[in-house]
Amino acid sequence: MSATSAETNPAPSHRTSLDLGDAERRIPLGRLVAVELRKTADTRAGRWLLGIIVGITAAIMVIFFAISDADDRVFGNFIGVAATPQGFVLPVLGILLVTSEWGQRTAMVTFALEPSRSRVIGAKVIAALIWGLGAFVAAIAIGALVTVLGGASNGFEGLEVSVFALFLGLQLLTILQGLAYGLIFLNTPAAIVTFFVAPVASQLIFNLVPALRDSAPWLDLATAQSALFTAFGPEGAGLTGEEYAQLGTTALIWIVLPFVAGWIRVMRAELK
Amino acid sequence: MITVERLTKTYGGFRAVDDVSFTAQPGRVTGFLGPNGAGKTTTMRVMVGLTPPTSGSVTINGRSYHDIPNPGRHVGVLLDASAQHAGRTGREILTVGAKTMGLPVARVDEMLAMVSLSDGEAKRRLRNYSLGMKQRLGIAHALLGDPSVLILDEPANGLDPAGIRWMRSLLKGYADRGGTVLLSSHLLHEVELIADEMILIGNGTIVAQGDKASLMAMDGNVSAVASSLDNEALAAALTRRGVAVSAEGQTLRAACSPEDVGRAALEAGIVLTDLRSGAAGLEDLFLELTASTQREGNVQTEGAPA
Repeated sequence: MSATSAETNPAPSHRTSLDLGDAERRIPLGRLVAVELRKTADTRAGRWLLGIIVGITAAIMVIFFAISDADDRVFGNFIGVAATPQGFVLPVLGILLVTSEWGQRTAMVTFALEPSRSRVIGAKVIAALIWGLGAFVAAIAIGALVTVLGGASNGFEGLEVSVFALFLGLQLLTILQGLAYGLIFLNTPAAIVTFFVAPVASQLIFNLVPALRDSAPWLDLATAQSALFTAFGPEGAGLTGEEYAQLGTTALIWIVLPFVAGWIRVMRAELK
Repeated sequence: MITVERLTKTYGGFRAVDDVSFTAQPGRVTGFLGPNGAGKTTTMRVMVGLTPPTSGSVTINGRSYHDIPNPGRHVGVLLDASAQHAGRTGREILTVGAKTMGLPVARVDEMLAMVSLSDGEAKRRLRNYSLGMKQRLGIAHALLGDPSVLILDEPANGLDPAGIRWMRSLLKGYADRGGTVLLSSHLLHEVELIADEMILIGNGTIVAQGDKASLMAMDGNVSAVASSLDNEALAAALTRRGVAVSAEGQTLRAACSPEDVGRAALEAGIVLTDLRSGAAGLEDLFLELTASTQREGNVQTEGAPA
């Protein structure tokens, strides 16, 4: 502790046997992110969730290997089948990053140690993206392993970077969407149920109501994203400008707006 | 030093904290006393920025909590020992705190030893902790960053008598080394032995503050409790001096100082077997001052069991 702060803060510091370093600096964001990553993995439930993400990725690839024709056992397909199950579990990770702090009331401690709630949310966003990236790397690693062990002889041919970028982009978006719903509800069951039920309900409504069907690509997330799978499939020709715009508006409605609303809610929330 | 200035917090029409001002000085233990729901916890939550005040302000060492860089290094906070993840081990909870504050992990062991949590206990998950163990862990967490100010809400809650004595000496020593300690309680006897200064809050407003002696002086009713070998004669002697006397079981209560009772007994040649001040005591004063906020309605402050 510096001489000036020792004057204003007559801390009983001689009690300390360790050099505790500089107390007059803000907590670096990197440290907050490291703590958030640690908090995801330091409980049994958290470790299970991370294990499930890797396990489910491996399991779906093995299942695909068992049921597919030898020619289809290519690296790109292995990665493709991992997208759906990861898309179910990753958002739960994003939700829990936020809601566990409220369910377990640790937010009181977290915000007492870092009073800037924006920085804490920012750290959680970065931590969520790192976990999403980790899931992607796991999919790549397991997919490569399966392809090497038993894939088609031309298993790694014709790979396109755009397909992988798309896969990664979708994973990161879906984890951010989970985080946003967690911020809005601050309650695990409500956030998870809404995350899975709302898109289904939306798709039903847009498909069943004739008047809405035309606007579905602009308003319904699943409809807009479905263009991705055909556009980047084996015969895909990429996205049109209109489809990109539709992806943008649906992402705004389903991900960005909920995120902003949730952020505002946390900034105003009183912690008890 | 904690400075609370004209702090008010309202929820709808309800004033949880109403124009509260006080300071907690370095080198002193300040007791924050009041019945449940008096506004202690709300005041403390405002102090550490978890609840926005409706009006007024709190500063700690001259700064608002939000403006303190790495606040865990300056202010140790324990608002609710149960507000930790039930699935984390005690050691992990302290490690997360230490990592956030940028402290070496060895500090965790130091704190565990200080609050007498064994290695085995530190490896247990919080859901398997007793309330007393959670309090010890919470105090360890508050002290992690070697802060100069401690804010503790009901820290003695759940501690056994030995634990309360331990905490008392810990906080006393902490204040003696120059630290500022603010601790709340709804139990007077927990606080009166260690607090240099007491702040009594009821119904969101401060009803009295000061050290124990000055609070006692607020009790204007001088009285003495006496017993003697001949209570009847003593009562008669006091009545002759114009002192109101009433029988209280085997003793007499006289509306005068113990000295006056002694003189009356001396003159009348009566042997006293017991003589003491009959002042209501801090407990009764506490109840009386906060009576309007007590759920039990009319609190009997006179004739309390001795």
